[in-house]
Amino acid sequence: MKRLFWLAVAATGAYALGGLALHRGESINALWIIVAAVCIYAIGFRFYSAWVAARVLSIDATRATPAVRLENGRDFVPTHRWVVFGHHFAAIAGPGPLIGPTLAAQFGYLPGTLWILVGAVVGGCVQDMTILLLSTRRNGRSLGQMARDELGPVGGIAALAGTFVIMIILIAVLGLVIVNAMKHSPWATATVFATIPIAVLVGLYMRAWRPGRVLEGTAIGVTLLLIAVVGGGWINEQPVIREWFDYPGLTLAWFVIGYGWCAAILPVWLLLAPRDYLSTFLKLGTVALLAVAIVIAQPDLKMPAFTQFIDGTGPIFGGKVFPFVFITIACGAISGFHTLVASGTTPKLISSEADVRIVGYGSMALESFVAIMAMIAATLLDPGVYFAINTAPGVVGTTAEAAVATITSWGFPVTVEQMETLARNMGESTLFGRTGGAPSLAVGMASIFASTFGQGMLAVWYHFAIMFEAVFILTTLDAGTRVGRFMLQDTLGNVWAPLGRTSWYPSVLASSTLVVAAWGYFLYIGVIDPNGGVNILWPLFGIANQMLAAIALSIATAIIVKQGKARYAWVTLVPLAWLAIITSTAAIQKIVSDDPRIGFFAAARDLADKLAAGALPPQQAAVAPQLIFNQQLDAWLTIFFLVVVWVVIADMLRVSWRTLTGKPVLPSSEAPYVAAKGVA
Amino acid sequence: MMARLKAFLALLRRLSGDDAYDRHIAHRRVAHAGEPLPSRREFWCSEVDRKWQGVNRCC
Repeated sequence: MKRLFWLAVAATGAYALGGLALHRGESINALWIIVAAVCIYAIGFRFYSAWVAARVLSIDATRATPAVRLENGRDFVPTHRWVVFGHHFAAIAGPGPLIGPTLAAQFGYLPGTLWILVGAVVGGCVQDMTILLLSTRRNGRSLGQMARDELGPVGGIAALAGTFVIMIILIAVLGLVIVNAMKHSPWATATVFATIPIAVLVGLYMRAWRPGRVLEGTAIGVTLLLIAVVGGGWINEQPVIREWFDYPGLTLAWFVIGYGWCAAILPVWLLLAPRDYLSTFLKLGTVALLAVAIVIAQPDLKMPAFTQFIDGTGPIFGGKVFPFVFITIACGAISGFHTLVASGTTPKLISSEADVRIVGYGSMALESFVAIMAMIAATLLDPGVYFAINTAPGVVGTTAEAAVATITSWGFPVTVEQMETLARNMGESTLFGRTGGAPSLAVGMASIFASTFGQGMLAVWYHFAIMFEAVFILTTLDAGTRVGRFMLQDTLGNVWAPLGRTSWYPSVLASSTLVVAAWGYFLYIGVIDPNGGVNILWPLFGIANQMLAAIALSIATAIIVKQGKARYAWVTLVPLAWLAIITSTAAIQKIVSDDPRIGFFAAARDLADKLAAGALPPQQAAVAPQLIFNQQLDAWLTIFFLVVVWVVIADMLRVSWRTLTGKPVLPSSEAPYVAAKGVA
Repeated sequence: MMARLKAFLALLRRLSGDDAYDRHIAHRRVAHAGEPLPSRREFWCSEVDRKWQGVNRCC
């Protein structure tokens, strides 16, 4: 009977996937994707994760976990598996799986969707589960520590340096996304600004008035946030007040930078912790609401399966479908950043090794499903509208007429009236050139919500979606800045001990300023770049994140080989090899390509030539030297990533080779076996 | 019905960390009997600081 059930799941999944891949018509229903995805995750979880858990990782429920052995009622707390699942999912799911698929939709819906499904089931889910188990076996050690313990100092330093740089790029690109969503939009700006005092109020409530009453504080905060969304609409109608919230991109960038600096030096209880409660609640609620709405609304996807932009001429970012779809969609398929959560916080809550499967593999499958929903929200828009929102004025022209003419000439018809009506319905003055993915996702989400729950509230749904994205982008921005600061202080502490003290104020100020200045620089450049900045920063972030995944998989592979399981090492080696191929191909293209839309050096040369020839309008000529410098810096950064990842891979190969030839290697850092009580 | 509602509230409290103090006190009573217990506010302050020391939010 059970076999019959799984056979039916497999058949349904194969049918849906086949229908998806072979479909060549005007439009296809989103339900095909949903059904294919759910069946693939179910099969992957039921069979592949079970096999990996039993054979490769030798998960052993009789072995006491660190949460049980070291229980202290604080960080080491044995916790029910579904509670750990909730915590872990809330920690790994950020804005990445929403933005990546939205941008990758320029290739059509199929390449991104296939990569999200396959990448997650054999790559991302396996990576997260493996690192979670390895860290659980090592009392919750971090990825960097495991690299040092199992590979040696070289691997450890590489992992640490890579993580730091990724953090900087990630924060910059997220800042850019939020700036583009608020640019000349009083409603969005007022709502996002209002989230800050609301968070502070909740922070005070949970510390001073009703200490630790998280549910009460969150309920008050979420109610206020919903009022802020509607209130933003009211402000937008007031001719005088709306001017107070109407800013160009650069001003907003300075706001975000100033805000990030304040958030980094303020105590966590005042801003970061309370906003995190609000954002987690909104995130889980909105994701569930979106899933329900998609199933009820069953929208048709209007984007074709493939667009002509798979040849590398895409307007949102340059580069062919291989390797760039795999770079653009990191978080929904495989994300190295997850391993930082899977090593450290989560392992200390696992009450039985048997839970590692559902927490590690299951959470990632769910995150991948969020990416699928983002892909649906992007591709249900008219392709012409999608490109009008997501393409920078530097590519399609600065006037509405020029933009629609260019986009229509690509074969995706769109009119100025259509865009004006859409903007009016969404309560915005314009939606042209709102790059970064957040606005087009919000339009897609608003359309789904409105067609499910009533058409009248499009503008409110749009700004609700913007607020929802903003709240957790800002949380990631603060949390990332803080982690960057700790890492920097840790490193500087080796130079001069007092700098390493996380509570010494001069050191806090100096290191926070350095971290904020680093991401603030990339954010600034992204905002002044007439091509939108996202086209540079997002691929850079994708490459960095996939390289971190390659580092994590290298560590996992080395450990598997050291445990005498070399014959199963392909489980991590195959995704590692794939990541090494795509990231190296992408990185090399970004470095050496002659096409200024792809290669950083080529873009720098192209701009320098134009500047020298006097071919740039005065406004662009003024910022050109900074853009030229930045393109060169990005190229060197890419070279750095490439070197770091190959150093770690080489170190993994060295350790594996020594193990296989019987030469001495560092001993295993696994904690010794202790029997769990009450488990036979 | 009442029992289900209570169970749901308990799950919500557990997931959100609303009951962290109660659980900590219960743990301390068993594992460190006789030692002074932190107040609700003391526990909250130290927990918030501890939680945000490492990477717990992602992309």
